[in-house]
Amino acid sequence: MHASVRPAVSVNLTPTTPTGTPSRETPAALPMRMNINKVNFFYGTKQTLFDISMGIATNKVTALIGPSGCGKSTLLRTFNRMHETVRGARLEGEILLDGQNILAQDVTQLRRRVGMVFQRPNPFPKSIFDNVAYGLRINGSKLPLAEAVEKSLRHAALWDEVKDHLHKSAYELSGGQQQRLCIARGLAVEPEVLLLDEPCSALDPISTAKIEELLVQLKDLCTIAIVTHNMQQAARVSDFTAFLLIGQLIEFSPTPQLFTTPSDPRTEAYITGRFG
Amino acid sequence: MASSSTTVPGAGPIVGSRSFLSKLREGDEIARLITFIFAAAVVLVTLLLVYELWRDSVLARQKFGLAFLWTRVWDPLADQYGALPFIYGTVVTSTVALFIAVPLGIGAAIFLAELAPARVSDTLEFFIDLLAAVPSVIYGLLGFLAVVPLMREYIQPALKKTMLPIFSGPAYGLGFLTAGVILAIMVIPFIISVSREVLLSVPRDQREAALALGSTRWESTWKVVVPFARTGIMGSIFLALARALGETMAVTMVVGNVVAITPSLFSPGYSIAAVIANEFTEATGQLYSQALIELGLVLFLLTFILNGLARLLIIATSQRGSGMGHA
Amino acid sequence: MLTMTGVCAFVAVSVLFLILGYLVYNGGTSINWNFFTKLPTPVGETGGGMANAIVGSGKLLLLATLIGVPVGFLGAIYLAEFSGAKTAFVVRYAADVLNGVPSIVVGIFAYALIVAPMGHFSTLAGGFALGIMMIPITLRSTEDFLLAVPKALREAAMALGASKWKTIATVIVPAAYRGILTAILLAFARVAGETAPLLFTALGNRYWSPGWNHPVESLPHMVFTYAISPYEDWRRQAWAAGLVLLGLILVINILARAILSRGIAVPRS
Repeated sequence: MHASVRPAVSVNLTPTTPTGTPSRETPAALPMRMNINKVNFFYGTKQTLFDISMGIATNKVTALIGPSGCGKSTLLRTFNRMHETVRGARLEGEILLDGQNILAQDVTQLRRRVGMVFQRPNPFPKSIFDNVAYGLRINGSKLPLAEAVEKSLRHAALWDEVKDHLHKSAYELSGGQQQRLCIARGLAVEPEVLLLDEPCSALDPISTAKIEELLVQLKDLCTIAIVTHNMQQAARVSDFTAFLLIGQLIEFSPTPQLFTTPSDPRTEAYITGRFG
Repeated sequence: MASSSTTVPGAGPIVGSRSFLSKLREGDEIARLITFIFAAAVVLVTLLLVYELWRDSVLARQKFGLAFLWTRVWDPLADQYGALPFIYGTVVTSTVALFIAVPLGIGAAIFLAELAPARVSDTLEFFIDLLAAVPSVIYGLLGFLAVVPLMREYIQPALKKTMLPIFSGPAYGLGFLTAGVILAIMVIPFIISVSREVLLSVPRDQREAALALGSTRWESTWKVVVPFARTGIMGSIFLALARALGETMAVTMVVGNVVAITPSLFSPGYSIAAVIANEFTEATGQLYSQALIELGLVLFLLTFILNGLARLLIIATSQRGSGMGHA
Repeated sequence: MLTMTGVCAFVAVSVLFLILGYLVYNGGTSINWNFFTKLPTPVGETGGGMANAIVGSGKLLLLATLIGVPVGFLGAIYLAEFSGAKTAFVVRYAADVLNGVPSIVVGIFAYALIVAPMGHFSTLAGGFALGIMMIPITLRSTEDFLLAVPKALREAAMALGASKWKTIATVIVPAAYRGILTAILLAFARVAGETAPLLFTALGNRYWSPGWNHPVESLPHMVFTYAISPYEDWRRQAWAAGLVLLGLILVINILARAILSRGIAVPRS
């Protein structure tokens, strides 16, 4: 883990109610792994994110929620610059990881530090072992592979299910197992931040419960940001929640506060199910 | 404190690309360069091929000009070369081939795309693909040793009874007709495969609309689906024609290899590809071999134009199909 | 009319079995040990075989593969992974043109480029001509299979910090390897039966061809010369050679399709 060397950047968790007044009862200062400053995002000429500023608190789970098309996935993908894989995407603003602007960094280095798990499980057409070892191998890691793979699979709560057939194809696993495998694969390179883009949307309830449980445990290991359109999920797993609507950050608060006493009427409307 | 949250003006331009040096370090730029060299090689080889044909036929082009195309004399002894007998033979054999192959091929394609159950269709298509893989020289072998005697003994005498001028003269077996028949068999798989694809790309709602109006299966196919796919089917025919024009071995073995322009399909003749195949290694004089290379150039241009047209037509149909499908 | 279209399809397919059956009937009995191990006998003597043609075809196809596969495969990687739209259009267009060039014209090209400057016919020139023909077939199908690799796999690799070429080498190509193998096999089978481009490049040779700089015999060329010969025994051998050639090509075709039908690996759900 790179955790020991990071500069302790902290930020006042004070976004962004529409009126500009700070939300009530925000924690005064928490160490922030990432800071997002005035991010604007465009696909071609169409702007999809407007002036977003927020922080991702170290070793916490931060959830991004909002109705479809609100820009939550887009925002998440900027955190490790996956948006650059799309032609015509343009970003303005500043995203800091441990105080350094990620936009000025080498992107492959960045993605080793900020991992990502996608909406649908996307294991490689390789064995379970090779999937987890992939990141270590391409980065030329000197760690003993077998140990590292076991550790990651244990962290992803998959070890007991797969330890006897590590060399079977990853495609023989169930959807839920595949997604945990993808989490293990992401954890193997020991990222500082793990981004999850609706990781449970393709899974059944039991698999979903397992992954939610896992996320809470993984907090000690790394910082987590998760996009979900499932409010209950956000409420269960996250410490902080950001609510986005048509590309704008409406409210960003500690999760219990956002779900019990939202400060913005639009947040309230959303969490009580009046739209979206 | 980052909460001061100032925008970084410099941040914008960096986005979207990593620095050249870091890409170079990762090997990306090297990989791009190496693969680019090979992709560029494809273009270069193609250009070089055209250039060689052009350059190595310069004497013949200067001496005969465009008249080369309609001169009937091909006399290596007098060093006089005209392409007309070969162009004629190529056109005649290909026309005969299309006469046979188009109805048969399109009929089979309609069956495979519209009427046969998917499993039957896929199995038959598999065999059609294998048929397309049979090499030209095998068709030549069968044509020369099996079809030629058959034509001479049975088919040509029977056709002769029609008294048509195109079926007149002695039945040699070898000749335009036999070459056309063999070519037909060779190009049918291409017509079937491409037409089937084109027919399958016709949007569902087109045929459903016709069926809903009370058409029979055949009516909806023939009056709605086939017209919709018309341009694409034309494309498949052009593709087949380009194949037939350039076909060498099978034609060489059965066409008779006689420099002649005669209306009867029974008569032995010649084709562009066949004369190149037969005479190229024996072409002693410079002008002689250049005239043969010019024939190659003519053949290249013919197939180039036909293939280009075929691609346009096929693309046009499939785009129309997808456009309608989403509408 | 419905029945008529069925008859058309049946007739078309039955041609394949007719060809195969006729070849087996006429050539089957002539395939023996000598066929594979002996050199051709002089005119008038019966017996002999086509060992030199079989080895010659092997050498020609080896050369063709060494030319056609790298250019086609790496060119396809450029098209699928690196190229901009305009460059890709130009390369694809060139490949389509090359694919449509009649094989006899490819022969002229190889003659002008290799035989004429070197002053003699050679294995090299024949292999080059066949290799040129393999390029566009390999290129276009490989590109299609690379593009069919799901975007999710690319993203997964990139999110782990893989650079572009590492993503290509460790994820995309392995995921598409069945398709690529099929493309290569089909291109190989296509040129294995080609005769026209060899007529004035490899020329033919009734003896062993040493090295790469001499005229060389090949199986399809042997079918051609023996079939049109006036000798009964040569024609008998032409049937046998045709059967061996067609058998080889059909087996490769079926193999290629079997590899493909086992599926390109894509994630479930």
